[in-house]
Amino acid sequence: MKRMYADLHLCSNLKDSEKIPRMIGKASEFGYHLIAISVPSNFAEEKIQWLKSLCREADVDFASRVDLKPRTPRELINSLRMLRRRFEIIAVACESKSVARQAAKDRRVDLVNFPSADWRRRFFDKAEAELASNGFAFLEIDAKPLLTLEGPARIRLLSSLRREVTIAQEFRIPIVVSSGVSEELLMRKPMELAALTSLFSLDEASALKAISQNPLTIIKRNREKLDPRFVAPGIRVIRRGKDC
Amino acid sequence: MALEIDATESFGPKELMDAIWSSVLKLYGEYGASRTGLALIDCNAEEGFAVIRTVHTAVEMVRTALASITSIANKPAAVHVIRVSGTIKALYEKSKH
Repeated sequence: MKRMYADLHLCSNLKDSEKIPRMIGKASEFGYHLIAISVPSNFAEEKIQWLKSLCREADVDFASRVDLKPRTPRELINSLRMLRRRFEIIAVACESKSVARQAAKDRRVDLVNFPSADWRRRFFDKAEAELASNGFAFLEIDAKPLLTLEGPARIRLLSSLRREVTIAQEFRIPIVVSSGVSEELLMRKPMELAALTSLFSLDEASALKAISQNPLTIIKRNREKLDPRFVAPGIRVIRRGKDC
Repeated sequence: MALEIDATESFGPKELMDAIWSSVLKLYGEYGASRTGLALIDCNAEEGFAVIRTVHTAVEMVRTALASITSIANKPAAVHVIRVSGTIKALYEKSKH
């Protein structure tokens, strides 16, 4: 069966109505089956529908994604309560340890992301992985800093990523590799993203899973949950009426 | 390897190879670069097409280095692998398709 690829993190400037169709077109040309574009939490539903129609025209599946950057665990919980039913993917950019811990254990979070290149501000350690292993959160690794950083900063980032990947594999936390880019020229084909993961010692099979099977698992799970007929995992409404 | 070069401005074959060598050197150092056997076979800057040769044991290294290229001659660019083949003849045939 042909492998289907997904890029769950495109961050185009949503005000630039010319650039978005170009990026979507390029994703389709590169062979992505599904893309997720990060939108603000107050993004209008009509605009999401507009993005969906653009993707439909380009023959790419679209998933709505929101990136949360809470300052406190309480703020994260409140945001999740408001947004979980509106978006197909919820990613949390963990900029403090307390937020990272809450995101890892909260089953409404799909992706935990550590945007900082500074190793002291990357909180994916064994304790974090232990919490994530009991929840649903996947570890997301963006390729963008691997392309934009150079020299010692990239060396330190690669070292951190290597450690995080080892911990994630030890605790069986699925990894998702995304582009995380906002420029067309920084977009990469799926096999190129997989090749970049070799820099932090992710083996080929895991790399391919990180750009295909793992992201698609999140989408499948969440679409099922967002379906109005969903009751609980494995239980859904088949028919309504008096004769049921 | 057949390459597609996506660049905002024109570039020459030497500038392309400089960008590739620079990327390989940054990621793998001189020792790693010496094991790639890189050579430029063909470059059509107008069409954004190039063919490079590398030893088969270094294909993944070169693929990674190509993916990490973000500029050619200090101008934004991206290099994508279209095809990989064992012989240059087959590479051109596959690339035509």
